[in-house]
Amino acid sequence: MELTLDDDQEFFRDTTLRFLSTECPIARVRELATSDDGFDPAYWRQGGALGWTSLLVPEALGGGSVSGAGVVDLTIVADAFGRHVAPGPLGPTNVVAAAIARAGGQAHRGLLDELVAGETIATWCGAEHALGPGTVAAVRTTDGFVLSGHSTPVEAAAQSSSLLVTARAGDDLVQCIVPADSEGITITPLAGLDVVRRFARVDFTDAVVPADAVLASEHPAADDVGQQLLHALVMQSAVLVGAAERVFDFTVEWAFDRYSFGRPLASYQELKHRFADMKLWLEASHALASALAREVQADAQGVGETASITKAYLGTYLVELMQDCVQMHGGIGLTTDHDLHLYLRRAVTERSTFATPAEHCRRVAVLAAAEAAA
Amino acid sequence: MTGTTDEAMESVESFVARAAAWLPEHLAPADPTRFENGFGSDDEELVAVARMRATQRTIFDGGFAGICFPKEYGGLGLTPAHQKAFDEVCAPYEMPTLINVPTFVPCGAVLLEFGTEEQKRTHLPAMLKGEELWMQFLSEPSGGSDVAGALTTAVRDGDEWVLNGSKVWTTGAWWSDYGLCLVRTNWEVAKHRGLSVFIIKIRQPDIEVQRIEMINGSREFCQEFMTDLRISDRERVGDVDDGWTVGRRWMFHERSAMGGGSPYTSGKPPSHGAGVGGRDHLLELARDTGQLDDPVALDLVGEARTLRRAAVELSARVGEGIATGAMPDTAAAVARLMSGVVNERIRTIGLDLAGSSAVAWGEEDPAAHFGTEFLMRQSGSIAGGNLEMARNNISERVLGMPRERTLDKDVPFREVPKGPPASGGTTR
Repeated sequence: MELTLDDDQEFFRDTTLRFLSTECPIARVRELATSDDGFDPAYWRQGGALGWTSLLVPEALGGGSVSGAGVVDLTIVADAFGRHVAPGPLGPTNVVAAAIARAGGQAHRGLLDELVAGETIATWCGAEHALGPGTVAAVRTTDGFVLSGHSTPVEAAAQSSSLLVTARAGDDLVQCIVPADSEGITITPLAGLDVVRRFARVDFTDAVVPADAVLASEHPAADDVGQQLLHALVMQSAVLVGAAERVFDFTVEWAFDRYSFGRPLASYQELKHRFADMKLWLEASHALASALAREVQADAQGVGETASITKAYLGTYLVELMQDCVQMHGGIGLTTDHDLHLYLRRAVTERSTFATPAEHCRRVAVLAAAEAAA
Repeated sequence: MTGTTDEAMESVESFVARAAAWLPEHLAPADPTRFENGFGSDDEELVAVARMRATQRTIFDGGFAGICFPKEYGGLGLTPAHQKAFDEVCAPYEMPTLINVPTFVPCGAVLLEFGTEEQKRTHLPAMLKGEELWMQFLSEPSGGSDVAGALTTAVRDGDEWVLNGSKVWTTGAWWSDYGLCLVRTNWEVAKHRGLSVFIIKIRQPDIEVQRIEMINGSREFCQEFMTDLRISDRERVGDVDDGWTVGRRWMFHERSAMGGGSPYTSGKPPSHGAGVGGRDHLLELARDTGQLDDPVALDLVGEARTLRRAAVELSARVGEGIATGAMPDTAAAVARLMSGVVNERIRTIGLDLAGSSAVAWGEEDPAAHFGTEFLMRQSGSIAGGNLEMARNNISERVLGMPRERTLDKDVPFREVPKGPPASGGTTR
């Protein structure tokens, strides 16, 4: 999170946090844990009205940012989601809305409007292609493509009306938008760590995609896919920072209130030093997440490496922070009575989707080595 | 001197544009390998110091020195934003960055806050012209972190003080001009209430400067022995026995500079690819030793780049936080801790990438220095306030946790328990 927000952003942040506090307190999150979809459609529409799904979409297409820097504004929402372990497909809808706004033609305008309004859900299948060889193949036909392969895990796939699919067609990537209930598409719900976010495996078995479903982008598809990955990573980073800061804050409070041997935990030097290290990880993560949002907003050179650096650092150190906070709490930190596990589940889910810290760490070196060789 | 006659402050853009035009005409290109492994011989070191003074003078004459120092003391009276922009634009040129710390910060910064008008007018312009190089006479053989426990003592004698004792870990005292010296002026009051600060001219008969050899062969550090050294009371900085008020700000400025957040330093030192876009010595090592297709090596290079970038962004955030008041001054300890832990890990990664060439190397071996770098690994975690103190400061002064118990409060310093005098360190 940026250290200083402008007045409009402050207002937006307050509104979002207040809405989540009243409409979706932790008790509500716990209730939703046993629901099929993990969120309530009416709640999602209200989020749409608050601007959660419009920030990456230009005004001309029915969207609009708060400050003129929509990517930075979106981190405000994602940070709040982390603080409240909020339900709802924030990542998937924003990635798809931005992709349609960037590359979609008239055929997808109706879907875009519905996404922005919070009336429907769409998600991104085949993100594997942004980071590696990918697992969805597209074969060109006289009238479009035929898809085969699979993508997993895909967030909110079973809750989505449409899928943005990235697939490999020969040496190129191709992207299309298809109805989730199309013939040849099987969506199998998965069990998962996060209590309110649902994931599924999506299988493509000779799924026919008509030509008008293909995103007719002005950019090479690989660039569009890269942009989608950046948007996903920006949101993940902000969620991780928001969740970690909330856990850190209540663990510091706990350290003052919890006594052993007649002293508060906060008076033991060994524990104080660990809190100092946690504070360091937290502030460095804030700094990286903010830098990443700024670079994605500005389409800065080298943003790909910054994204992987950010994911590698936050995914490693913020999850470590949370485990250390479990340790500070002792046994109660491992119970479902305590809220800590809700945050840990959220953080680990972010850590291990869109590539792990180890994979991003490798990618940092590969990108740097390629640049050094160039 | 600034090239403008307007009363209004010159814009950052205009200032940077002038700097960008001036720099290539007047400064040599930066050589990132310069001083990488110390100065070399003493003669080479003296040549380098002379060159540093001359370059600083060139920058002063060009109207780009002391960007955040007030105009009346030879500076430009501009803002941290001007300094930050200048740091970017001057990066490709040979900046005399070794003068930054400790001459400008903390010594210059302390004089600016606590010096008399005479002291400021005498010394600040001379610093900015490269005529005066300063050192911190702070640590003593009896203790490094507990600087307020200074044993070096000054006794008043009319308008003069008579000073006895020893200071240590002064970098390059043998070629420096002045020291800012923290001494005890009252043993009968509590530790922090009996200190005073003085300006000391280093090269004079009553100060003996000895050099210390470090495990990387460096002999930059010195120890000074002061014997009946007489100083005029006009050289006192701050009030008698109120030296800790000065000392606390002194420590703050030092931490700021260590974390890269001080507005009084100019140009960034050619550290090991610490900056965004700076040289990455580990990537180069991996490339020069044919390891770029080795996944283990790639992981290490990626981790090092990740940590370095995190340190850079954190330092910028803490600098901004302190400047805007969003963070307390004590948050400088967060950046200081980061620089230490990242440096430790990076030197270990360097050792791993270098393989056995780190411990036995031939001529022109690209891995030659990484073993010695590793031997000196903890230097970045000790010098300038060790990491344990940084962790104390973060937990106690940023997070507000209870302070560690001490036995030196509210008793006369004379009665505070003290260990035996420090010996040389040879094991028995």
